[in-house]
Amino acid sequence: MKKIFFSPITFLAAVALLLTGCSKEVENRTDDIPALNPANIDINAGTWKPVLLTAPTEFPVAAPIATTVPDYIAQINEIKTWQAELTGEEKRIVKYWSAGAVLRWNEILRELVAKHNLPPYQNADGTYPFPNANNPLAYPQFPFANPPYAARAYAYVSAAQYDALVAAWHYKKLYNRPAPYKVDNTLQVLIPQSDLPSYPSEDAVVAGAAAELMKLLFPGDQDFIQQKVEEHKRSRLIAGANVRSDLEAGELLGKQVAQKFVTRARGDRAGAAAGNQTVWTQLETDCITRGEMPWISLESPKRPPMLPLFGKVKTFLFDSLTAVSLRPGPPPSTSSEQMKRELEEVYSYTKNPKRENIEKVHFWADGIATSTPPGHWNEIAAADFIQKNFSEVRWARNLALLNMAEMDAAIVTWDTKFYYFNPRPSQLDPSIKTLTGMPNFPSYISGHSTFSGAAAAILGYIIPERKPAYEAMAMEAALSRLYGGIHYRADCEVGLTVGKNVGNYAVQRAMTDGG
Amino acid sequence: MKNYILKYREKFLFSALLLVCSTPSNAQTDIDAIMMEKNAFCVGPMYSYSSWKNYWEGTLKRENLNIGKVSTQMFGLMGNYGITRKLNALFSVPYVKTKASAGTLHGLDGIQDLSLFLKWRPVQKKVGDGKLSLFAIGGVSFPLSDYVADFLPLSIGLRSKAASARLMADYQKGDLFATLSGTYVFRDKIKIDRTSYYTTEMHYTNEVEMPDGMNWNFRAGFRNHRWIAEAVANQWNTLGGFDITRNNMPFPSNKMNATTVGVNIKYVIPSLPELSIVGGGNTTVAGRNMGQSTTVYGSFFYVLDFSPKAKTAAKTN
Repeated sequence: MKKIFFSPITFLAAVALLLTGCSKEVENRTDDIPALNPANIDINAGTWKPVLLTAPTEFPVAAPIATTVPDYIAQINEIKTWQAELTGEEKRIVKYWSAGAVLRWNEILRELVAKHNLPPYQNADGTYPFPNANNPLAYPQFPFANPPYAARAYAYVSAAQYDALVAAWHYKKLYNRPAPYKVDNTLQVLIPQSDLPSYPSEDAVVAGAAAELMKLLFPGDQDFIQQKVEEHKRSRLIAGANVRSDLEAGELLGKQVAQKFVTRARGDRAGAAAGNQTVWTQLETDCITRGEMPWISLESPKRPPMLPLFGKVKTFLFDSLTAVSLRPGPPPSTSSEQMKRELEEVYSYTKNPKRENIEKVHFWADGIATSTPPGHWNEIAAADFIQKNFSEVRWARNLALLNMAEMDAAIVTWDTKFYYFNPRPSQLDPSIKTLTGMPNFPSYISGHSTFSGAAAAILGYIIPERKPAYEAMAMEAALSRLYGGIHYRADCEVGLTVGKNVGNYAVQRAMTDGG
Repeated sequence: MKNYILKYREKFLFSALLLVCSTPSNAQTDIDAIMMEKNAFCVGPMYSYSSWKNYWEGTLKRENLNIGKVSTQMFGLMGNYGITRKLNALFSVPYVKTKASAGTLHGLDGIQDLSLFLKWRPVQKKVGDGKLSLFAIGGVSFPLSDYVADFLPLSIGLRSKAASARLMADYQKGDLFATLSGTYVFRDKIKIDRTSYYTTEMHYTNEVEMPDGMNWNFRAGFRNHRWIAEAVANQWNTLGGFDITRNNMPFPSNKMNATTVGVNIKYVIPSLPELSIVGGGNTTVAGRNMGQSTTVYGSFFYVLDFSPKAKTAAKTN
């Protein structure tokens, strides 16, 4: 009896123990990474080949004031004032931003993509509203950051940061102004010390370039972005890494270089990519004329296809004729025996899906409210770049190579999708149920596969020892679309090849850019 | 969306369900005032069908033509053992299967969570013309399979390991009774198949912090050795979580609230008093980030007596 009497108490104790064992705390993978401390400061990066700049001197940076004049001493004293009583929040922002400027702005960009990656809800009459860049906060908010939009956003921000840093490195070497802690050794230094000249500040360059482009890409999030810029610059003062004039020159340079990319973006034809009813109808009739069954939207009410003219957008790594030449041959005819077999294969994977396959489908799904497949490859790349201790300029170069490849992969993929206008498996066989959301555009070729093929090609060049791992990931990402029931095998396999071909243009560039 | 909180839903369901089990004294669920006699074991299968067409996206009630009607079937096994007449142990194991009537999304199925409860009645005394009983109930639940949580509304559950603490008071006068309980549910973080996700901000991790929950349950009606007929009102709130944004998919750590009302009936077969039949249903009258579901269920329970007295009797027979 006694034993039984105590059992409720024993039980409650066990519950309490279980609860203390259960931590609610969830941390981001990059919360606790160390401050960036590059193995190589890449002092000659001012000679690397920019993407759009004609020369690193295209936007002149004025010579800094001497470190002996009263104005500079005043700037040193500003740092000392910040450092006099550091709050927990100030220590937090130093820790956060010192992990790497390019890394943090890449994470912020992925966050904005995920926030805005939501398809608009239909109007009462069954049509769909389109986001309006001039009224970004009205529903549906601008932008709908779907995969092509996101691929383009990552490319512009990364390439602008890279060009701006190439220019910054040129002037760093030219003016050779030492970091404030080298001028005044009584300063506290809250980050690893470096021999890299501090004028103009690479952190401010990265922040300025990112913010300027994000005004165009995410016009409704200006407050959020500006707050990050201010926090980033403040962290550098508090850390003793830069004086105010380092930051001001850097931010200005970043913005000026970014403006050149903004001008390119305004004219790259992405603004017209949504098309209109005439375009949508033409795509359908062209497909019927070729004797094939055209794609139809599987959404209810039927939604116009996602950015059907994105295939016409201006590429970064090759010209428009090359883009068309990268388009693969046709998919199996919708009436062919091969298509029938491919359809049966899709059904076989989805009828009684294996848990391990669902895990792959969901790991790679990168669907609505995520940073999209290019964002996922940025995440994969960033995790490896952190291990490599790249300098900021090399971080930017490598992400620019990756993201120009991803944007061009999106362009070639979208060109192919709308050229062939091939139906999804569930359109041909409605008994095929999918393990992830059905994308609202034609099937052939798989975007995930081209994005992954291109990413694996350039990342395998940047970090050769990881090449087999990247290729295995790309293969898994591609096949996950087959397992998920939204693509045929041909979409995935041809997509991987096309992606690799696109990625090789980035590799070619990487071999000759001086980096 | 919001197949939601299936786990807890199920738990309530059980309660609702499990209303039951006749026996020497009557029996059991983790949320009613019925206790098994010492060494009596009440066990039985149950089935429930739940569906919804409308759901709340945040506070906005809507339908979704790309999902249609979401239905959930559950086949479960539940049991209650009388350690003493003041202390019972309960378990339940459900198999759950989901389906969407429109769109292309695939339904899922699998064994969901094992729930275990200890139900303790430290106080039972005469108050006025009736009898007041006070209960303390502790529970744990955890997934029995590696099922998918992050595929709402078609996930079969949320995967969170949970522990619950409940205080309950029951008053019976003649054949009429009323029971009120409050439950706090602690929920552990979960792991999902992807490496980052957006709530109201970005999270670069595959771990998801789950808000705790609070449940209030009130039931009242008729109760004697043969019949139970009761009306039940239930309020489930998560303490935290975020709203589904416009036209987004639901997520396991959404704020999920639901107010349900329902009825339960239990009948003990006169010619076979070890056997009882149970049925009932409930419907959702208000909610947030959950489906407006209606549920019906049925079950039967059989009482096995493991007491020495019963064994002796069996031998004698």
